[in-house]
Amino acid sequence: MERQNKAWTIFRYVTIAIGLFIVFFPIYSVLISAFKTKVEYYNSGLALPHDWFNFDNFRKVFKVGRLGLGFKNIFIILVVSLAGNVLIGTMVAYALGRFDFKMKKPIMGMYLVAQVIPMITTQVATFQVIKFLGAYNEIYAPMLLYLGADVLQIVIYLQFVNNIPKDLDESAMVEGASLFKIYRSIIFPLLAPATATLIIMKTISIYNDFYTPYLYMPSRKLQVVSTAIYSFVGPNASEINVISAGILIIFIPTLVIFLFLQRYIFAGVTNGAVK
Amino acid sequence: MFNLSYKTQRILILFGFLTIPVLLSLTFSYYPALSLLYYSFTDWSGLGWEMNWVGFDNYKEIFSRPEIFGVFKNNAYYFVGGLLQTCVALYFAIVLTSKLKGRNIFRSMLFIPYVLHSVAIVIMFRNLYHVEYGSLNIFLEAIGLGSWQQQWLGNPHLVNFSLAFISIWKYFGLTMVIFIGALQSIPADNYEAAKIDGASGWQTFRFITLPSIRSVLELMLILTLTGALEAFDIPYIMMLGANDTHTFVSKTIDMAFKFQQAGLASAMAIVLLLIVIAFIILQRKLLFREEK
Repeated sequence: MERQNKAWTIFRYVTIAIGLFIVFFPIYSVLISAFKTKVEYYNSGLALPHDWFNFDNFRKVFKVGRLGLGFKNIFIILVVSLAGNVLIGTMVAYALGRFDFKMKKPIMGMYLVAQVIPMITTQVATFQVIKFLGAYNEIYAPMLLYLGADVLQIVIYLQFVNNIPKDLDESAMVEGASLFKIYRSIIFPLLAPATATLIIMKTISIYNDFYTPYLYMPSRKLQVVSTAIYSFVGPNASEINVISAGILIIFIPTLVIFLFLQRYIFAGVTNGAVK
Repeated sequence: MFNLSYKTQRILILFGFLTIPVLLSLTFSYYPALSLLYYSFTDWSGLGWEMNWVGFDNYKEIFSRPEIFGVFKNNAYYFVGGLLQTCVALYFAIVLTSKLKGRNIFRSMLFIPYVLHSVAIVIMFRNLYHVEYGSLNIFLEAIGLGSWQQQWLGNPHLVNFSLAFISIWKYFGLTMVIFIGALQSIPADNYEAAKIDGASGWQTFRFITLPSIRSVLELMLILTLTGALEAFDIPYIMMLGANDTHTFVSKTIDMAFKFQQAGLASAMAIVLLLIVIAFIILQRKLLFREEK
């Protein structure tokens, strides 16, 4: 038994080591390439770069690839859509969680069914809506599309709303608070933990999104990080060292968020699955 | 504040808080889905508003042109990859919930690919797979497996595997963390009891672990399936569909925006929508049967 356990332990560590190798090998190869000159890249294989302080590639990808603009645009889009999204999510959760009315079930059902429609397949038609609203090739297009709450968000918020004791509402009402005030000073602040998780998850998914900016904002001025690196790669395919520098920079923001806010991300992921 | 009765306030709140969200959902989910259905029966090009009713012609075309419906075989690679990913993720989830030093650090490290930028990941793999200068072939050479070197993206028999692997690499950590969450919610008592009864490791897994995580496992399978059906950005960013790597969605997008056949593309989207809904209903039915 003892021996068997030992073998099992060794087996577990070996498989973990293989898993870690597969995860980190591509990242390692990006990391070393980002600091190499072009000649060095093509000659040195997997060796470490000569000079870890060679930032030429980073400078070049920022300038030619216009990554700075990409970061600026995605940041604006994120701030506006997340602010709207949190407002909408909490408002819907308050209305659905605290009141009984005829349309309650249909509205909940509407969110549930909408989730089943794969967004990517309806783009042909969504495209016409965006054009009709005059948002095509404007920064508002992705904002509008990211604004709406999805069912997962509503479900998570509803769980939180249901856990807030109704006594709090009632004692506020005794003191003469309006319903709006109850939402603003009781419900909204108490939803903060859920809001934190949702903001982080949405930030990652909006930052990663490719097809929305690609389809709706072809203008070069409106490039976000996804579309900037995409259009940089085509004409500069041979400069893998510069491309690697770009990849590395683009990896950093979400990686930093993950390292510091893991707890929220894991909570969001597990909540999402259990539904 | 305003001295309105709570009854009036209630109406104001309900209208004020729900009108915009409902309108958003109608405008960006329901209206597109319905108009898609209409477009699918027309020969609309996607430019201007000229369109003629053509009945089921678009649907006939989808099923009679193998280069349209046949691309589903490329989606199959992502499905098989997804199944593999689910199995491996379950194994690692079990390992990382067992008593093991450093398991939390390992969990975080294996999860990292999921948070990395998706376009950058695809480009990273494009460089990695490069025949001559890609790290993968260089590495194989270095460890004496030079004969295993491949044209990872050039070989038509291999390219879809290479692309599906990227999807495994990115999403494996996510599946694993979801399984870990499910495993941790199994009461420890069950395992204690099994131990007292002298159950082997395999028996414990088969009769305690598996049944407890069954619903999550089913959910992961349906997500794998719908994810595979909707696979799009990896082949699109990597190859622009070249070398027979088109998936159904990337073909749809090209049909609509590149070849200006929006009517046909709409019909393709509807076909996909129906397939996805059919699978989801099937899964719900299966779940329902169990509860009975």
